[in-house]
Amino acid sequence: MSAAPAPEPIRLLVNGRVHDLALPAHALLLDVLRDQLGLKGAKRSCDSQVCGACTVLVDGLAVSACTYLAVEADGHAIVSVEGLAHGETLSPLQQAFLEAGAVQCGFCTPGMLMTARALLDEHPRPTREDVLHYLRGSLCRCTGYRKIVEAILAAGAAPGQTREGA
Amino acid sequence: VLRPFTLHRPRTTDEACELLVRFGDDAVPYAGGTELLLLMKLGMARPRHLVDVKRIPGLGEITDAPGVGAAAPRLTLGATSTHRAVERSPRIQGRCPLVAATARHVANVRVRNVGTVGGNLAFADPHSDLATLFLTLDATIELVSARGRRVLPLADFVRGPWETARQPGELLTSVGLTPWPASTGAAYVKFGVYERPTLGVAVALQCAPGDPTGRVTAARVAIGCVNPRPVRVLAAETRLVGARLAELDDVLDAAAAAAVDGADPDDDLHGSADYKREMVAVFARRALRVAAARARGIVPPIRFPHAVVA
Repeated sequence: MSAAPAPEPIRLLVNGRVHDLALPAHALLLDVLRDQLGLKGAKRSCDSQVCGACTVLVDGLAVSACTYLAVEADGHAIVSVEGLAHGETLSPLQQAFLEAGAVQCGFCTPGMLMTARALLDEHPRPTREDVLHYLRGSLCRCTGYRKIVEAILAAGAAPGQTREGA
Repeated sequence: VLRPFTLHRPRTTDEACELLVRFGDDAVPYAGGTELLLLMKLGMARPRHLVDVKRIPGLGEITDAPGVGAAAPRLTLGATSTHRAVERSPRIQGRCPLVAATARHVANVRVRNVGTVGGNLAFADPHSDLATLFLTLDATIELVSARGRRVLPLADFVRGPWETARQPGELLTSVGLTPWPASTGAAYVKFGVYERPTLGVAVALQCAPGDPTGRVTAARVAIGCVNPRPVRVLAAETRLVGARLAELDDVLDAAAAAAVDGADPDDDLHGSADYKREMVAVFARRALRVAAARARGIVPPIRFPHAVVA
Protein backbone atom coordinates (compact mmCIF):
# COMPACT_ATOMS: atom_id res chain seq x y z
CA MET A 1 0.00 0.00 0.00
CA SER A 2 1.59 3.25 -1.13
CA ALA A 3 1.15 6.49 0.78
CA ALA A 4 -1.80 8.70 -0.10
CA PRO A 5 -0.95 11.02 -3.00
CA ALA A 6 0.15 14.51 -1.95
CA PRO A 7 -2.30 17.39 -2.37
CA GLU A 8 -1.61 19.67 -5.30
CA PRO A 9 -1.93 23.45 -5.30
CA ILE A 10 -4.95 24.67 -7.23
CA ARG A 11 -6.57 28.02 -7.83
CA LEU A 12 -10.34 28.32 -7.93
CA LEU A 13 -12.14 31.47 -8.96
CA VAL A 14 -15.43 31.15 -7.10
CA ASN A 15 -18.08 33.84 -7.55
CA GLY A 16 -15.31 36.23 -8.59
CA ARG A 17 -13.07 35.50 -5.61
CA VAL A 18 -9.71 33.74 -5.88
CA HIS A 19 -9.07 30.80 -3.57
CA ASP A 20 -5.63 29.18 -3.48
CA LEU A 21 -6.02 25.69 -2.06
CA ALA A 22 -4.08 22.47 -1.73
CA LEU A 23 -6.31 19.55 -2.66
CA PRO A 24 -5.90 15.84 -3.28
CA ALA A 25 -7.12 14.62 -6.68
CA HIS A 26 -10.07 12.79 -5.13
CA ALA A 27 -11.59 15.93 -3.54
CA LEU A 28 -15.03 16.53 -5.03
CA LEU A 29 -15.95 20.07 -6.00
CA LEU A 30 -19.12 19.90 -3.91
CA ASP A 31 -17.20 19.07 -0.73
CA VAL A 32 -14.67 21.84 -1.36
CA LEU A 33 -17.42 24.41 -1.90
CA ARG A 34 -19.45 23.34 1.11
CA ASP A 35 -16.83 22.31 3.66
CA GLN A 36 -13.77 24.39 2.81
CA LEU A 37 -15.32 27.56 1.37
CA GLY A 38 -18.50 27.48 3.46
CA LEU A 39 -20.77 27.81 0.44
CA LYS A 40 -23.74 25.66 1.42
CA GLY A 41 -26.08 26.56 -1.44
CA ALA A 42 -25.23 23.56 -3.60
CA LYS A 43 -26.74 20.45 -1.97
CA ARG A 44 -25.70 16.83 -1.92
CA SER A 45 -28.76 14.75 -2.65
CA CYS A 46 -28.69 11.88 -5.15
CA ASP A 47 -24.87 11.97 -5.39
CA SER A 48 -25.18 10.49 -8.88
CA GLN A 49 -25.87 13.32 -11.36
CA VAL A 50 -29.56 12.56 -11.47
CA CYS A 51 -31.26 15.27 -9.37
CA GLY A 52 -29.49 18.58 -10.07
CA ALA A 53 -29.41 19.83 -6.45
CA CYS A 54 -25.60 20.31 -6.56
CA THR A 55 -25.52 22.17 -9.89
CA VAL A 56 -22.87 24.88 -10.23
CA LEU A 57 -21.40 26.54 -13.31
CA VAL A 58 -17.83 25.93 -14.43
CA ASP A 59 -16.92 28.42 -17.16
CA GLY A 60 -20.66 28.92 -17.67
CA LEU A 61 -21.49 25.22 -18.10
CA ALA A 62 -23.78 23.47 -15.64
CA VAL A 63 -22.08 20.56 -13.91
CA SER A 64 -22.92 18.25 -11.02
CA ALA A 65 -20.47 19.32 -8.31
CA CYS A 66 -21.07 15.96 -6.54
CA THR A 67 -19.38 14.07 -9.37
CA TYR A 68 -16.75 16.58 -10.46
CA LEU A 69 -13.16 16.56 -9.26
CA ALA A 70 -12.23 19.91 -7.76
CA VAL A 71 -8.80 19.75 -9.44
CA GLU A 72 -10.57 19.82 -12.82
CA ALA A 73 -11.71 23.34 -11.98
CA ASP A 74 -8.14 24.56 -11.38
CA GLY A 75 -7.84 27.96 -13.05
CA HIS A 76 -11.49 28.03 -14.07
CA ALA A 77 -14.39 30.26 -13.05
CA ILE A 78 -17.04 28.72 -10.82
CA VAL A 79 -20.38 30.30 -10.06
CA SER A 80 -22.57 28.93 -7.28
CA VAL A 81 -25.97 30.21 -6.20
CA GLU A 82 -24.22 32.54 -3.74
CA GLY A 83 -22.77 34.38 -6.73
CA LEU A 84 -26.09 35.36 -8.29
CA ALA A 85 -27.21 38.23 -6.04
CA HIS A 86 -25.35 41.54 -5.72
CA GLY A 87 -25.19 42.01 -1.96
CA GLU A 88 -28.77 42.23 -0.77
CA THR A 89 -30.09 42.76 -4.29
CA LEU A 90 -31.48 39.66 -5.93
CA SER A 91 -30.67 38.97 -9.56
CA PRO A 92 -33.59 39.30 -12.01
CA LEU A 93 -33.73 35.50 -12.20
CA GLN A 94 -33.96 35.12 -8.42
CA GLN A 95 -36.57 37.89 -8.33
CA ALA A 96 -38.59 36.03 -10.97
CA PHE A 97 -38.53 32.87 -8.80
CA LEU A 98 -39.72 34.91 -5.84
CA GLU A 99 -42.53 36.57 -7.78
CA ALA A 100 -43.72 33.35 -9.41
CA GLY A 101 -43.69 31.52 -6.07
CA ALA A 102 -41.33 28.99 -7.64
CA VAL A 103 -40.00 27.90 -4.24
CA GLN A 104 -41.47 25.59 -1.65
CA CYS A 105 -39.07 23.70 0.60
CA GLY A 106 -36.14 25.33 -1.19
CA PHE A 107 -33.86 22.32 -1.36
CA CYS A 108 -33.74 22.16 -5.16
CA THR A 109 -33.82 25.94 -5.63
CA PRO A 110 -30.05 26.60 -5.86
CA GLY A 111 -29.69 23.91 -8.53
CA MET A 112 -32.77 25.14 -10.38
CA LEU A 113 -31.42 28.69 -10.37
CA MET A 114 -27.99 27.66 -11.63
CA THR A 115 -29.48 25.46 -14.34
CA ALA A 116 -31.75 28.33 -15.38
CA ARG A 117 -28.76 30.70 -15.33
CA ALA A 118 -26.87 28.44 -17.76
CA LEU A 119 -29.95 28.16 -19.97
CA LEU A 120 -30.50 31.93 -20.12
CA ASP A 121 -26.83 32.52 -20.93
CA GLU A 122 -27.25 30.18 -23.90
CA HIS A 123 -30.79 31.18 -24.89
CA PRO A 124 -31.67 34.62 -23.54
CA ARG A 125 -35.26 34.15 -24.81
CA PRO A 126 -36.00 30.48 -24.28
CA THR A 127 -39.21 28.82 -25.40
CA ARG A 128 -41.17 26.63 -23.00
CA GLU A 129 -39.76 23.63 -24.85
CA ASP A 130 -36.20 24.93 -24.31
CA VAL A 131 -36.87 25.30 -20.59
CA LEU A 132 -38.40 21.84 -20.21
CA HIS A 133 -35.53 20.28 -22.15
CA TYR A 134 -32.90 22.03 -20.04
CA LEU A 135 -34.62 21.19 -16.75
CA ARG A 136 -34.72 17.47 -17.52
CA GLY A 137 -32.69 15.95 -14.71
CA SER A 138 -33.43 18.78 -12.25
CA LEU A 139 -35.82 17.32 -9.73
CA CYS A 140 -38.27 19.12 -7.45
CA ARG A 141 -40.47 17.16 -5.06
CA CYS A 142 -42.77 20.04 -4.09
CA THR A 143 -43.74 22.48 -6.78
CA GLY A 144 -44.81 20.33 -9.70
CA TYR A 145 -42.34 22.42 -11.80
CA ARG A 146 -45.01 24.68 -13.25
CA LYS A 147 -44.05 27.80 -11.33
CA ILE A 148 -40.36 27.14 -11.86
CA VAL A 149 -40.92 27.03 -15.62
CA GLU A 150 -43.06 30.18 -15.44
CA ALA A 151 -40.35 31.97 -13.47
CA ILE A 152 -37.64 31.09 -15.97
CA LEU A 153 -39.82 32.13 -18.90
CA ALA A 154 -40.60 35.42 -17.12
CA ALA A 155 -36.90 36.03 -16.45
CA GLY A 156 -36.17 35.30 -20.10
CA ALA A 157 -38.85 37.69 -21.30
CA ALA A 158 -37.83 40.51 -18.92
CA PRO A 159 -35.94 43.45 -20.45
CA GLY A 160 -32.30 43.71 -19.49
CA GLN A 161 -32.01 39.95 -18.97
CA THR A 162 -28.34 39.73 -19.80
CA ARG A 163 -25.27 38.07 -18.36
CA GLU A 164 -24.42 41.29 -16.56
CA GLY A 165 -27.97 41.65 -15.25
CA ALA A 166 -27.82 38.20 -13.73
CA VAL B 1 -16.87 10.04 -0.98
CA LEU B 2 -14.02 8.91 -3.17
CA ARG B 3 -11.05 6.86 -2.06
CA PRO B 4 -7.66 8.48 -2.71
CA PHE B 5 -6.04 7.97 -6.11
CA THR B 6 -3.29 9.52 -8.21
CA LEU B 7 -4.40 11.53 -11.22
CA HIS B 8 -2.10 11.29 -14.23
CA ARG B 9 -2.31 13.76 -17.10
CA PRO B 10 -0.52 12.35 -20.12
CA ARG B 11 -0.08 14.56 -23.18
CA THR B 12 0.08 11.78 -25.77
CA THR B 13 -1.70 8.48 -26.34
CA ASP B 14 1.68 6.72 -26.10
CA GLU B 15 2.19 8.16 -22.64
CA ALA B 16 -1.37 7.21 -21.63
CA CYS B 17 -0.90 3.63 -22.83
CA GLU B 18 2.42 3.41 -21.01
CA LEU B 19 0.70 4.44 -17.76
CA LEU B 20 -2.07 1.88 -18.33
CA VAL B 21 0.56 -0.84 -18.79
CA ARG B 22 2.69 0.29 -15.86
CA PHE B 23 -0.17 0.30 -13.34
CA GLY B 24 -2.17 -2.56 -14.88
CA ASP B 25 -5.39 -3.37 -13.03
CA ASP B 26 -4.78 -0.42 -10.69
CA ALA B 27 -5.22 2.10 -13.52
CA VAL B 28 -8.23 3.17 -15.51
CA PRO B 29 -8.71 5.75 -18.29
CA TYR B 30 -10.67 8.76 -17.09
CA ALA B 31 -12.37 11.53 -19.08
CA GLY B 32 -15.72 13.02 -18.02
CA GLY B 33 -16.06 10.73 -15.03
CA THR B 34 -19.84 10.56 -15.35
CA GLU B 35 -19.79 6.77 -15.13
CA LEU B 36 -16.42 6.06 -13.51
CA LEU B 37 -16.70 8.42 -10.53
CA LEU B 38 -20.17 7.04 -9.71
CA LEU B 39 -18.82 3.49 -9.57
CA MET B 40 -15.87 4.66 -7.49
CA LYS B 41 -18.17 6.40 -5.01
CA LEU B 42 -20.14 3.18 -4.67
CA GLY B 43 -16.89 1.27 -4.12
CA MET B 44 -17.61 -0.88 -7.21
CA ALA B 45 -14.39 0.34 -8.83
CA ARG B 46 -11.29 1.05 -6.76
CA PRO B 47 -8.55 2.18 -9.14
CA ARG B 48 -5.52 3.80 -7.53
CA HIS B 49 -4.49 5.54 -10.74
CA LEU B 50 -6.72 7.58 -13.01
CA VAL B 51 -5.27 8.33 -16.44
CA ASP B 52 -6.92 11.56 -17.56
CA VAL B 53 -7.05 11.47 -21.36
CA LYS B 54 -8.80 14.83 -21.82
CA ARG B 55 -5.55 16.77 -22.23
CA ILE B 56 -4.23 14.68 -25.09
CA PRO B 57 -4.30 17.04 -28.07
CA GLY B 58 -6.59 15.91 -30.89
CA LEU B 59 -8.42 13.25 -28.89
CA GLY B 60 -11.56 15.38 -28.83
CA GLU B 61 -11.61 16.21 -32.52
CA ILE B 62 -14.51 15.54 -34.85
CA THR B 63 -13.34 14.97 -38.42
CA ASP B 64 -14.88 14.18 -41.73
CA ALA B 65 -13.45 12.18 -44.65
CA PRO B 66 -15.14 12.22 -48.05
CA GLY B 67 -15.85 8.92 -49.80
CA VAL B 68 -13.16 8.00 -52.30
CA GLY B 69 -13.94 5.43 -54.98
CA ALA B 70 -15.72 2.50 -53.38
CA ALA B 71 -14.91 3.74 -49.88
CA ALA B 72 -17.87 5.36 -48.11
CA PRO B 73 -17.48 8.75 -46.46
CA ARG B 74 -16.56 8.57 -42.78
CA LEU B 75 -17.19 10.72 -39.78
CA THR B 76 -14.76 10.30 -36.89
CA LEU B 77 -15.57 11.30 -33.33
CA GLY B 78 -12.57 11.59 -31.04
CA ALA B 79 -12.98 9.68 -27.78
CA THR B 80 -13.04 12.77 -25.57
CA SER B 81 -15.70 14.61 -27.61
CA THR B 82 -18.39 15.54 -25.11
CA HIS B 83 -22.05 14.91 -25.85
CA ARG B 84 -22.43 18.68 -25.91
CA ALA B 85 -19.69 19.01 -28.55
CA VAL B 86 -21.39 16.33 -30.66
CA GLU B 87 -24.77 18.03 -30.30
CA ARG B 88 -23.30 21.35 -31.47
CA SER B 89 -20.82 20.22 -34.10
CA PRO B 90 -21.72 21.80 -37.47
CA ARG B 91 -19.91 18.89 -39.12
CA ILE B 92 -22.13 16.31 -37.41
CA GLN B 93 -25.26 18.41 -37.85
CA GLY B 94 -24.47 18.57 -41.57
CA ARG B 95 -23.30 15.02 -42.22
CA CYS B 96 -25.42 13.08 -39.77
CA PRO B 97 -28.02 15.24 -38.04
CA LEU B 98 -29.56 12.32 -36.15
CA VAL B 99 -26.31 11.84 -34.21
CA ALA B 100 -26.41 15.49 -33.09
CA ALA B 101 -30.12 15.22 -32.26
CA THR B 102 -29.56 12.07 -30.20
CA ALA B 103 -26.61 13.63 -28.34
CA ARG B 104 -29.01 16.43 -27.34
CA HIS B 105 -31.10 13.89 -25.45
CA VAL B 106 -28.37 11.94 -23.64
CA ALA B 107 -29.06 11.89 -19.87
CA ASN B 108 -29.25 15.54 -18.74
CA VAL B 109 -27.44 18.80 -19.46
CA ARG B 110 -24.85 18.30 -16.69
CA VAL B 111 -23.88 14.85 -17.96
CA ARG B 112 -23.75 16.12 -21.56
CA ASN B 113 -21.42 18.96 -20.59
CA VAL B 114 -18.72 16.62 -19.27
CA GLY B 115 -19.54 13.07 -20.44
CA THR B 116 -17.71 11.82 -23.53
CA VAL B 117 -18.49 9.61 -26.49
CA GLY B 118 -15.49 7.38 -25.77
CA GLY B 119 -16.42 6.98 -22.14
CA ASN B 120 -20.00 6.12 -23.00
CA LEU B 121 -18.93 3.36 -25.41
CA ALA B 122 -15.99 2.07 -23.35
CA PHE B 123 -18.22 1.62 -20.33
CA ALA B 124 -20.64 -0.54 -22.35
CA ASP B 125 -23.56 0.24 -20.09
CA PRO B 126 -26.41 -1.62 -21.81
CA HIS B 127 -28.51 1.52 -21.40
CA SER B 128 -26.58 3.60 -23.93
CA ASP B 129 -28.26 5.77 -26.55
CA LEU B 130 -25.11 6.13 -28.61
CA ALA B 131 -24.22 2.44 -28.84
CA THR B 132 -27.67 1.62 -30.22
CA LEU B 133 -27.72 4.47 -32.73
CA PHE B 134 -24.13 3.90 -33.84
CA LEU B 135 -24.90 0.29 -34.82
CA THR B 136 -27.08 1.71 -37.62
CA LEU B 137 -24.09 3.78 -38.81
CA ASP B 138 -21.78 0.75 -39.13
CA ALA B 139 -19.61 2.16 -36.34
CA THR B 140 -16.03 1.08 -35.76
CA ILE B 141 -13.95 1.51 -32.64
CA GLU B 142 -10.29 2.49 -32.77
CA LEU B 143 -8.05 1.14 -30.01
CA VAL B 144 -4.44 2.14 -29.50
CA SER B 145 -1.77 0.43 -27.42
CA ALA B 146 1.99 -0.02 -27.31
CA ARG B 147 1.42 -2.91 -29.74
CA GLY B 148 -0.10 -0.55 -32.29
CA ARG B 149 -3.57 0.35 -33.48
CA ARG B 150 -6.55 -1.81 -34.28
CA VAL B 151 -10.04 -1.07 -35.51
CA LEU B 152 -13.00 -3.30 -34.84
CA PRO B 153 -16.75 -3.09 -35.44
CA LEU B 154 -18.75 -1.68 -32.54
CA ALA B 155 -20.82 -4.87 -32.64
CA ASP B 156 -17.66 -6.86 -31.78
CA PHE B 157 -16.32 -4.28 -29.34
CA VAL B 158 -19.32 -4.43 -26.99
CA ARG B 159 -19.34 -7.97 -25.64
CA GLY B 160 -21.99 -7.70 -22.94
CA PRO B 161 -23.07 -5.57 -20.01
CA TRP B 162 -20.06 -3.42 -19.00
CA GLU B 163 -17.84 -5.76 -20.98
CA THR B 164 -15.81 -4.86 -24.07
CA ALA B 165 -13.03 -6.25 -26.24
CA ARG B 166 -10.63 -3.60 -24.92
CA GLN B 167 -7.46 -5.33 -23.75
CA PRO B 168 -5.27 -4.26 -20.81
CA GLY B 169 -3.07 -1.37 -21.91
CA GLU B 170 -5.42 -0.36 -24.72
CA LEU B 171 -7.02 3.05 -25.05
CA LEU B 172 -10.21 3.80 -26.98
CA THR B 173 -9.21 6.74 -29.17
CA SER B 174 -12.10 7.28 -31.59
CA VAL B 175 -15.31 5.98 -33.11
CA GLY B 176 -15.82 5.99 -36.86
CA LEU B 177 -19.27 6.31 -38.40
CA THR B 178 -20.49 5.80 -41.96
CA PRO B 179 -23.10 8.49 -42.55
CA TRP B 180 -26.09 7.39 -44.63
CA PRO B 181 -26.63 8.86 -48.10
CA ALA B 182 -28.83 11.96 -48.23
CA SER B 183 -31.81 9.94 -49.51
CA THR B 184 -32.22 8.22 -46.13
CA GLY B 185 -34.81 8.68 -43.44
CA ALA B 186 -33.72 7.76 -39.94
CA ALA B 187 -34.96 8.01 -36.37
CA TYR B 188 -34.00 7.15 -32.82
CA VAL B 189 -36.90 6.68 -30.43
CA LYS B 190 -36.38 5.99 -26.76
CA PHE B 191 -38.35 5.49 -23.62
CA GLY B 192 -37.17 6.11 -20.10
CA VAL B 193 -37.97 8.07 -17.00
CA TYR B 194 -34.42 8.00 -15.65
CA GLU B 195 -31.11 9.33 -16.99
CA ARG B 196 -30.46 5.99 -18.64
CA PRO B 197 -32.98 4.93 -21.26
CA THR B 198 -35.13 1.85 -20.68
CA LEU B 199 -35.51 1.14 -24.40
CA GLY B 200 -33.92 2.63 -27.50
CA VAL B 201 -34.73 1.82 -31.12
CA ALA B 202 -32.70 3.23 -34.02
CA VAL B 203 -33.73 2.76 -37.64
CA ALA B 204 -32.61 4.01 -41.04
CA LEU B 205 -34.39 3.54 -44.36
CA GLN B 206 -32.31 4.26 -47.43
CA CYS B 207 -33.89 4.81 -50.85
CA ALA B 208 -32.47 5.31 -54.31
CA PRO B 209 -32.13 9.06 -54.93
CA GLY B 210 -34.99 10.35 -57.09
CA ASP B 211 -36.82 7.02 -57.10
CA PRO B 212 -40.47 7.98 -57.65
CA THR B 213 -41.72 4.73 -56.17
CA GLY B 214 -39.65 5.27 -53.01
CA ARG B 215 -38.47 1.72 -52.55
CA VAL B 216 -36.25 0.93 -49.59
CA THR B 217 -32.86 -0.15 -50.94
CA ALA B 218 -31.16 -0.68 -47.57
CA ALA B 219 -32.34 -0.68 -43.97
CA ARG B 220 -30.87 -0.64 -40.49
CA VAL B 221 -32.70 -1.62 -37.31
CA ALA B 222 -30.96 -1.62 -33.92
CA ILE B 223 -32.47 -2.36 -30.50
CA GLY B 224 -30.81 -1.27 -27.30
CA CYS B 225 -31.20 -1.13 -23.52
CA VAL B 226 -33.49 -4.15 -23.20
CA ASN B 227 -30.67 -6.47 -24.26
CA PRO B 228 -27.42 -7.38 -22.52
CA ARG B 229 -25.85 -5.41 -25.38
CA PRO B 230 -27.31 -3.43 -28.28
CA VAL B 231 -28.04 -5.48 -31.38
CA ARG B 232 -28.66 -4.94 -35.06
CA VAL B 233 -31.59 -7.08 -36.18
CA LEU B 234 -30.85 -8.25 -39.70
CA ALA B 235 -34.14 -10.18 -39.94
CA ALA B 236 -36.06 -6.94 -39.41
CA GLU B 237 -33.93 -5.13 -41.97
CA THR B 238 -34.61 -7.85 -44.56
CA ARG B 239 -38.37 -7.35 -44.16
CA LEU B 240 -38.02 -3.68 -45.01
CA VAL B 241 -35.81 -3.85 -48.10
CA GLY B 242 -37.88 -3.62 -51.29
CA ALA B 243 -40.92 -2.16 -49.54
CA ARG B 244 -42.36 1.11 -50.81
CA LEU B 245 -42.13 3.92 -48.29
CA ALA B 246 -45.73 4.95 -48.95
CA GLU B 247 -46.87 1.41 -48.17
CA LEU B 248 -44.52 0.72 -45.30
CA ASP B 249 -47.50 -0.11 -43.09
CA ASP B 250 -47.83 -3.40 -45.03
CA VAL B 251 -44.52 -4.68 -43.68
CA LEU B 252 -44.47 -2.78 -40.39
CA ASP B 253 -45.89 -5.57 -38.24
CA ALA B 254 -43.57 -8.17 -39.75
CA ALA B 255 -40.53 -5.93 -39.23
CA ALA B 256 -41.59 -5.13 -35.66
CA ALA B 257 -42.12 -8.83 -34.91
CA ALA B 258 -38.66 -9.60 -36.25
CA ALA B 259 -37.23 -6.83 -34.05
CA VAL B 260 -38.88 -8.43 -31.03
CA ASP B 261 -37.39 -11.81 -31.95
CA GLY B 262 -33.97 -10.16 -32.15
CA ALA B 263 -34.26 -8.64 -28.69
CA ASP B 264 -33.34 -10.66 -25.63
CA PRO B 265 -34.90 -8.88 -22.66
CA ASP B 266 -34.73 -9.87 -19.01
CA ASP B 267 -37.01 -9.06 -16.10
CA ASP B 268 -35.51 -6.21 -14.11
CA LEU B 269 -36.44 -2.97 -12.36
CA HIS B 270 -37.14 -1.34 -15.73
CA GLY B 271 -39.92 -3.86 -16.42
CA SER B 272 -40.76 -7.47 -17.16
CA ALA B 273 -39.34 -9.23 -20.19
CA ASP B 274 -42.84 -9.58 -21.68
CA TYR B 275 -43.53 -5.89 -21.25
CA LYS B 276 -40.23 -5.00 -22.88
CA ARG B 277 -41.00 -7.26 -25.84
CA GLU B 278 -44.33 -5.47 -26.33
CA MET B 279 -42.59 -2.12 -26.15
CA VAL B 280 -39.92 -3.14 -28.66
CA ALA B 281 -42.71 -3.79 -31.17
CA VAL B 282 -44.43 -0.48 -30.39
CA PHE B 283 -41.23 1.54 -30.57
CA ALA B 284 -39.97 -0.22 -33.69
CA ARG B 285 -43.23 0.69 -35.48
CA ARG B 286 -43.00 4.28 -34.28
CA ALA B 287 -39.37 4.66 -35.30
CA LEU B 288 -40.03 3.16 -38.74
CA ARG B 289 -43.03 5.42 -39.36
CA VAL B 290 -40.99 8.49 -38.42
CA ALA B 291 -38.05 7.38 -40.57
CA ALA B 292 -40.31 6.66 -43.56
CA ALA B 293 -41.97 10.07 -43.26
CA ARG B 294 -38.56 11.75 -43.09
CA ALA B 295 -37.35 9.82 -46.14
CA ARG B 296 -40.38 11.12 -48.06
CA GLY B 297 -39.82 14.67 -46.88
CA ILE B 298 -42.97 14.67 -44.79
CA VAL B 299 -43.05 16.09 -41.28
CA PRO B 300 -43.49 12.95 -39.20
CA PRO B 301 -45.98 12.44 -36.38
CA ILE B 302 -43.56 12.48 -33.47
CA ARG B 303 -45.68 13.23 -30.42
CA PHE B 304 -45.62 10.04 -28.41
CA PRO B 305 -46.30 10.36 -24.69
CA HIS B 306 -43.26 9.58 -22.53
CA ALA B 307 -41.07 8.86 -25.54
CA VAL B 308 -38.19 10.92 -26.87
CA VAL B 309 -37.85 11.12 -30.63
CA ALA B 310 -34.51 12.16 -32.07
